[in-house]
Amino acid sequence: MFLKYALLIALCLVIMGPVATAILGSIRTTGEFMTTPFGLPQTGIHWENYTSILDSGPFWNSLKNSLFITLGVTFLNIGLASMLAFVFSRVEFRGRGLVFNILLLGLLFPSVIAILPIFIQVRSLGLINSLWGVILPLVAFGLPTSVVILRTFFMSVPSELEDASYIDGCNTFGFFWFILLPLARPALVSVATLQVIASWNEYFLPLIVLVDDALWPLPLGIMQFQGQYGTDYARVMAYVTLLIIPAVLFYLFAEKYIVTGLTGGELKG
Amino acid sequence: MSAFRVLPRTQTNTASRNKQFPQGDNSLLIVLFLLPGMLIFFLFVLMPISQSVYFSLYDWNGFGPPTDFVGTGNYERLLNHSVFQDSVWHSFTLMSLSLLIQLPMALGLALLVGRGKLRGRKAFRAFLFLPYVFSEVITAIMWRYVLSPDNGALLNSVLAAVIPGYEPIGWLARTDVVLFALFIVLTWKYFGFHMILYMAGLQNIPQDLEDAARVDGAKERDVIRYITLPLLGSTIRLTIFLSVVGSFQQFVLAWVLTSEGGPVNASQLIATYLYKFGITQFKLGYGSAVAVVLFSIALVFSILYQRFVMRQDLGTGIAPVKGGAV
Repeated sequence: MFLKYALLIALCLVIMGPVATAILGSIRTTGEFMTTPFGLPQTGIHWENYTSILDSGPFWNSLKNSLFITLGVTFLNIGLASMLAFVFSRVEFRGRGLVFNILLLGLLFPSVIAILPIFIQVRSLGLINSLWGVILPLVAFGLPTSVVILRTFFMSVPSELEDASYIDGCNTFGFFWFILLPLARPALVSVATLQVIASWNEYFLPLIVLVDDALWPLPLGIMQFQGQYGTDYARVMAYVTLLIIPAVLFYLFAEKYIVTGLTGGELKG
Repeated sequence: MSAFRVLPRTQTNTASRNKQFPQGDNSLLIVLFLLPGMLIFFLFVLMPISQSVYFSLYDWNGFGPPTDFVGTGNYERLLNHSVFQDSVWHSFTLMSLSLLIQLPMALGLALLVGRGKLRGRKAFRAFLFLPYVFSEVITAIMWRYVLSPDNGALLNSVLAAVIPGYEPIGWLARTDVVLFALFIVLTWKYFGFHMILYMAGLQNIPQDLEDAARVDGAKERDVIRYITLPLLGSTIRLTIFLSVVGSFQQFVLAWVLTSEGGPVNASQLIATYLYKFGITQFKLGYGSAVAVVLFSIALVFSILYQRFVMRQDLGTGIAPVKGGAV
């Protein structure tokens, strides 16, 4: 029993090691880091590592771009996915199975594999150097996962509820809008958290599509920053820490939904 | 918040829906609901993927339409390029290490954290799963410091404290250890994801079954071996699937951590090869050939695996999860 706790605590420490390296490094000087990469601050806490980033324009600009991409992807994805999932679960028509299976094919192909032709497609649509050139492909590649999760939920809503809404004078759209979507709120939030994580972290697509660095989101911003201040380790680690904080906060607030989304609702908070 | 359930148990709802209240004519709704989503999906997923098959038959730098038809020329050059052969081998190595080390480790931890009495279960789960939400770029940058060759860098100093006479290793600078270093980082980031899936599976195993075995005098080890693990079968098969497909799709983490697959291509993977030798050199026909090989591997594996291994699980598993899970 004691061994179990000792093992788990030791493992948690190991897991947090890299995070601690970054956080400790961010409040020390680069000189201190060079002599002992892993250690406590010896000369007080050096907030200037942070202020130098927060006082500069590029960081806030990247943050703005990241927020735009994340919100755009998440809302579009949820809107389109819930409409698709509704038809695939509740409205029968000929060829429904075929269309659904075509969409499922997308589960096999992450955007990394098709990055080349995506680039060509984005270019021929004139979306190079536009945030929409990042948002639309991300929405498309996220659709299959979201539709599968939402469809499963929509199917679990009893058909008696649907019939009742028709008796009360709803049409199919009314049932979708006034009954199903409000009921599906937990599932919608789960899908949203997964999309937020994926689009907030996306690096490859913006790298290919966005030429102008004023449009770059945070993952590209930190790579650029690292290129400029590569030897100023303390400042790079301050930047890393600034990106860790929102990730941790988001995780703490949304853990239940993230886990629900990933496991298709099988693991309860 | 009610958690929602998966496919089969609920499917009967729609199958037996009461036809007394017909939905009426929904043609317009069907078109309006399907069109925007399927259009975007077609434009950015289906079309690009089918186009790569076409582009792969041309020698093409991406400017103007492809005209220089080379047939299977790109594929022949590709298969004969020793760096590509090595990349395939590296991807296979990572996949094997994931299956042999990462998944059993995740399973073991899920058994530790997900069963029986445990104080602070949620906290442990949170710590172990946290790396999954970090972006690949941050992960790679953090780990570059942890893996640096200096004596005082985290990994080297931990190993020096444990192993007497240990000499610091430049984890990312040596061709013989870089792939292993990459595997450590991938494990750090992704084992929590598999652990969560196993924990979800564990939760569905009726407690009575394990209790009954214990009452009959089974040791804990036997309970796990003869009851828990067999009942976890469908989840295990799913994680193997995700792990294999994910291994072949690794890109960003490897690219940033090892500075473009270095040293001297010792950590080049199929996807990083695609970027380095296709896109950055404007050989788009050649790069497309790499992409076609890559998704052929994923497609063939998926079809075979789902046909022969996961067929029995249809419906009992977890909603398919996509994403770079190694």
